[in-house]
Amino acid sequence: MAPEALIRVAGLRKTFGNHRVLDGLDLDVRTGEAVAVLGANGAGKTTLLKVLATLVRPTRGTATVAGYDCARDAERVRGQVGLVGHSSYVYEDLTAAENLTFWATLAGLKLTQAARAAALAAVELDRAADERVRTFSAGMKRRLSLARFVLARPRVLLLDEPFTGLDQRAKKWLEEHLAAFKAGGGALLMTSHSFGRELAVADRIAILAGGAIALDTARGSLSADDIHRLYTLHAEEAS
Amino acid sequence: MVWKDLLVERRSKETLNAVFFFGLLLLFLFQFALGPDRERLAGTLPGLLWLGFILSGLLGLGRTFVAERENDCWEGLLLTPGDKSAIYVGKLAGNLLLMLVVETILLILFSFFFNLDLAAVLPALAVVIALGTVAFAAVGTLFAAMTAHVRARELLFPVLLLPVEAPVLLATVKATEAVLLGESLGSVAHWLKLLAAADVVYVAVGVLTFDFVLEG
Repeated sequence: MAPEALIRVAGLRKTFGNHRVLDGLDLDVRTGEAVAVLGANGAGKTTLLKVLATLVRPTRGTATVAGYDCARDAERVRGQVGLVGHSSYVYEDLTAAENLTFWATLAGLKLTQAARAAALAAVELDRAADERVRTFSAGMKRRLSLARFVLARPRVLLLDEPFTGLDQRAKKWLEEHLAAFKAGGGALLMTSHSFGRELAVADRIAILAGGAIALDTARGSLSADDIHRLYTLHAEEAS
Repeated sequence: MVWKDLLVERRSKETLNAVFFFGLLLLFLFQFALGPDRERLAGTLPGLLWLGFILSGLLGLGRTFVAERENDCWEGLLLTPGDKSAIYVGKLAGNLLLMLVVETILLILFSFFFNLDLAAVLPALAVVIALGTVAFAAVGTLFAAMTAHVRARELLFPVLLLPVEAPVLLATVKATEAVLLGESLGSVAHWLKLLAAADVVYVAVGVLTFDFVLEG
């Protein structure tokens, strides 16, 4: 039996005024699977993630996460997804540990000191636990943002260009972390406009062009060059 | 939320310092404008006192969601599963605490600047101030959320807030005037009832609508 589709998008359309960003987008992401959505700037990658995270309502079509409709059951969907976007969602004047306590309490999680310490250790921020976030680098903030999801354990992670702005060590760490999340039965949807480390984590590559998925293929043994050729071909065809 | 806001404020001290010095400046201006004429002062003191509270409050309430604008924490709040009205109640409690601290300091300075002995009327005055502050903070917190992502929020916030607060201001100034003249709370019961009703209505509206405001 095929694994359950944790993310299911069908005929998704999103318009902003007269501008149609997504137009008839279909995509499934199953349990234990990672899909990298590649697309040019403005292709609609972030909009797709925002629809799935319930931040943006679709104009037409449906998007469901773990069986819950993103438009009608937004609160239930929020309990299933973790969004790591361009923003880190952390308070600069709180320490790393205080940030985790705040977000966990707000989400209704019972947070023990041990669980908090373990979450910070998992993102390699245990030594910076009591330092104010204002002193953190972008990579550290990204890791702290991920620590929230180590605690909340969502079934789906949505990542918007997750490797951008990270140094090599942080990239390696994130790659391992995402692989572990996938192995634990979570579903990953990542977006990128480059052909970087996202490809190593991904099981499938989806090329977003013209508001829809122009190509959805298994990552298999495709090299970065192969993917680049496919991307150029399909993105140009769609435009 | 209250714990977080107080911790952030304790570390940054941005709002408390700004509001305190603004209030102090207002008192200096009032003192210079009105002089020591006690008869003239008696009629204007309640209005001046509340003008100080309201202007300082506008400054403080307008900054309610400043911390949430950094790193898009606003979006983080929206994405957190659970009852969003708890966020409103937390923000309201934090604002109330901040406003009451500032009002207490202003009241002490007020009695010093205008040579007033408030000891005898302090309990009654505290009731009026507390009731007025709850209504002011309840609407202020909600409107601060509504205007948090508007470009002209500094302009829009007071323009939206002050007309809605008009009945509250009227009741607080009238009740304060009577209390400062030594009248009992019973003599201003009708104003206190109005304030209490405004408190209940404004807080209830805030709790019930905050989810929609946050969703935008």
